[in-house]
Amino acid sequence: MPKKVNLNRVPIPKQEPAARKKNFSEVALGYGEEEAIEEASRCLQCPKPTCKDGCPVNVDIPEFIEAVRDRNMVEAVRILKGKNSLPGICGRVCPQETQCEERCALAKKGAPVAIGRLERYVADWERAHPELAAKQEVDYVAGGRKVAVVGSGPAGLTCAADLVKMGHEVTIFEALHVAGGVLMYGIPEFRLPKQIVQGEVDYVKSLGVEIKLDHVIGKIATADELLESGYDAVFLAPGAGAPMFLSIPGENLNNVYSANEFLTRTNLMKAYLFPRWDTPVKRGRRVAVFGGGNVAMDASRCALRLGAEEVYVIYRRSKVEMPARLEERENAEEEGVIFRLLTNPKSFMGDEQGRVRAVECYEMELGEPDDSGRRRPIRKPGTEHSIEIDTAIVALGTRPNPIIPSTTEGLELTRWGTIRADEATGRTSRDRIWCGGDMATGAATVISAMGAGKRAAADIDAYLREKR
Amino acid sequence: MYRVLAREDLTPEIHLFRVEAPGVARKAQAGQFVIVRSDEKGERIPLTIADWDEKEGSVTVVFMEVGATTRKLSCVNAGEAILDFVGPLGRPTEIEKFGTVACVAGGFAIATIVPIARAMREAGNRVVSIMGFRTRDLVFWEDRLGSVSDELIVSTDDGSYKRKGLVTEPLKELLQNTRIDRVIAIGPTVMMKFCSLTTKPFHVKTIVSLNPIMVDGTGMCGCCRVSVGEETKFACVDGPDFDGHEVDWDLLMSRQRAYLEEEKEASAFWEAACSGAKNHA
Repeated sequence: MPKKVNLNRVPIPKQEPAARKKNFSEVALGYGEEEAIEEASRCLQCPKPTCKDGCPVNVDIPEFIEAVRDRNMVEAVRILKGKNSLPGICGRVCPQETQCEERCALAKKGAPVAIGRLERYVADWERAHPELAAKQEVDYVAGGRKVAVVGSGPAGLTCAADLVKMGHEVTIFEALHVAGGVLMYGIPEFRLPKQIVQGEVDYVKSLGVEIKLDHVIGKIATADELLESGYDAVFLAPGAGAPMFLSIPGENLNNVYSANEFLTRTNLMKAYLFPRWDTPVKRGRRVAVFGGGNVAMDASRCALRLGAEEVYVIYRRSKVEMPARLEERENAEEEGVIFRLLTNPKSFMGDEQGRVRAVECYEMELGEPDDSGRRRPIRKPGTEHSIEIDTAIVALGTRPNPIIPSTTEGLELTRWGTIRADEATGRTSRDRIWCGGDMATGAATVISAMGAGKRAAADIDAYLREKR
Repeated sequence: MYRVLAREDLTPEIHLFRVEAPGVARKAQAGQFVIVRSDEKGERIPLTIADWDEKEGSVTVVFMEVGATTRKLSCVNAGEAILDFVGPLGRPTEIEKFGTVACVAGGFAIATIVPIARAMREAGNRVVSIMGFRTRDLVFWEDRLGSVSDELIVSTDDGSYKRKGLVTEPLKELLQNTRIDRVIAIGPTVMMKFCSLTTKPFHVKTIVSLNPIMVDGTGMCGCCRVSVGEETKFACVDGPDFDGHEVDWDLLMSRQRAYLEEEKEASAFWEAACSGAKNHA
């Protein structure tokens, strides 16, 4: 008997825009139990599920959803965590609409099962019921080897968790004072509460992974020194690295930030709690954010929450070319972020104290498609205009941080300066060194970094077993 | 946690901490810095490494109380601990045999120039050091810098001890009277700027150690960007040492003032918290 198709996707409750733009609490509130079960019941339990193919870490999607439907949350947790060590994070920040949900059989009818929301529900249920959740069994393999993981972002945490489950001894070296990488310094509290991140970091630690904070690899020890000191393999996942700027006049004026700096001050250093926390950030009244990706959305929404009256997102192409997730763009728009599309900055102007006071821009139009397949923006002559601002945030992406490449001999780089790594295995040009995440691919998503961590863990394990 | 093994108050406002950090001690080189965070809510601030002892596993830093964070740090006593101590960061000072090297330092930077002078001398250079202070009461480590220099000149702005005047005056005389192959100038930004202006007509390469505001200290945020030879550089990974003749000093000074108002607010907030705890006994 074919199951009756239900196209009513259960909406996720959210804080109202007027309220949420004044606080750093989470925007999406998550399903309650009945909502989760209702949504889980919509899953067709396809005999040949395609949703799984869309998941970079191969979560057993129909299986965990079935457990939710049957109110067997302990089982749902077990299934989910069998493949994904960071479900509370993925349920919140994965772009499901281009991954698992896009391949859901119901997607064709415009109402895919809300896999991400269910994943989040299961992860949050576990957090709320620590006494009921089954402890993950670690298969101890006698003679496991020692692996060093550089960086505790999504790639590093995933790789470490998988390796430790395979019986290896794993140490993560983290440069910052907390573990989590971009999940801590980049993604804001209102999209990914830091308690959730730390909960999942604690889970990875509970599996037996050791995390050494304050360790900048390339400085306190090089990758080679890690290998010499007894590690059998090194997985490099140091993250995106150095922020790019616009290369226009006035860019070094005060209150012109890279998105990395603005977000690090706000999220990692908790500048929104200044002066109770020591690190300040400028609370601009009129803020311009340059770029059209998720980071630009995060920065603009942080600026609003810090008290800005007007926040502009200045982007040189049109809305359809924006790389930001639709959901994030809509959230930003609902909160009052103003999009200045087809607009590009020419220079910043400063006041007598060296602070930015305006940005001169010109209008753009779209020409033929460029290398990226998107239509190339072309400057429209005679359209110069200036926008008064007191804070600018440049969210144009990053280029690789030089610290590891410059201290590791024989590590082949790509022409973008990223470390060359095999996509399927993470192997680099150096024996016993693997790489994954943004350092290998350039800026990408949390889940693609996790996928790279997972593939590298499998390859490292296979390599170490062969060597034994 | 990183234990403070010993603390010394070089002047009422300049403090020395010898911190247990064996990993950093193993790799430290002259001219590098560490990022320090005193407590959970603390800021990340860069402090130049003044010395290290691989055997003891310790790293020495010297800092002056200038704002809330350094004031909080000054409340930490020997035996207590600092939450984070990250390093060694930045590129080390370029050390090789140049001939005669003039090492010029002002105020609390005396502590950071000692390992550089020592390394320069070990590399076979003749080292002439110039140390400047505001006044007699603030003089420290005259013997220590003297012991790693072939010649030492001490000056105070008000003339209360040894030579009267700024360090640029003996520096200029030195350049007029001797062949100097390299100058290293470390201290307050304005002092480094004027040292660079002093050496410029003599075409002697002058290395300065820049101290812009930093956050992560690993090249991730770009807060510490400086303009050197018309190019934007990140002091934390490209520096902190740069050619003083190429630095845009006005930009640096402007960026250092970016958070003056917030600094005042933070200081007021923490003044009360620290006043009771200050006990150097």
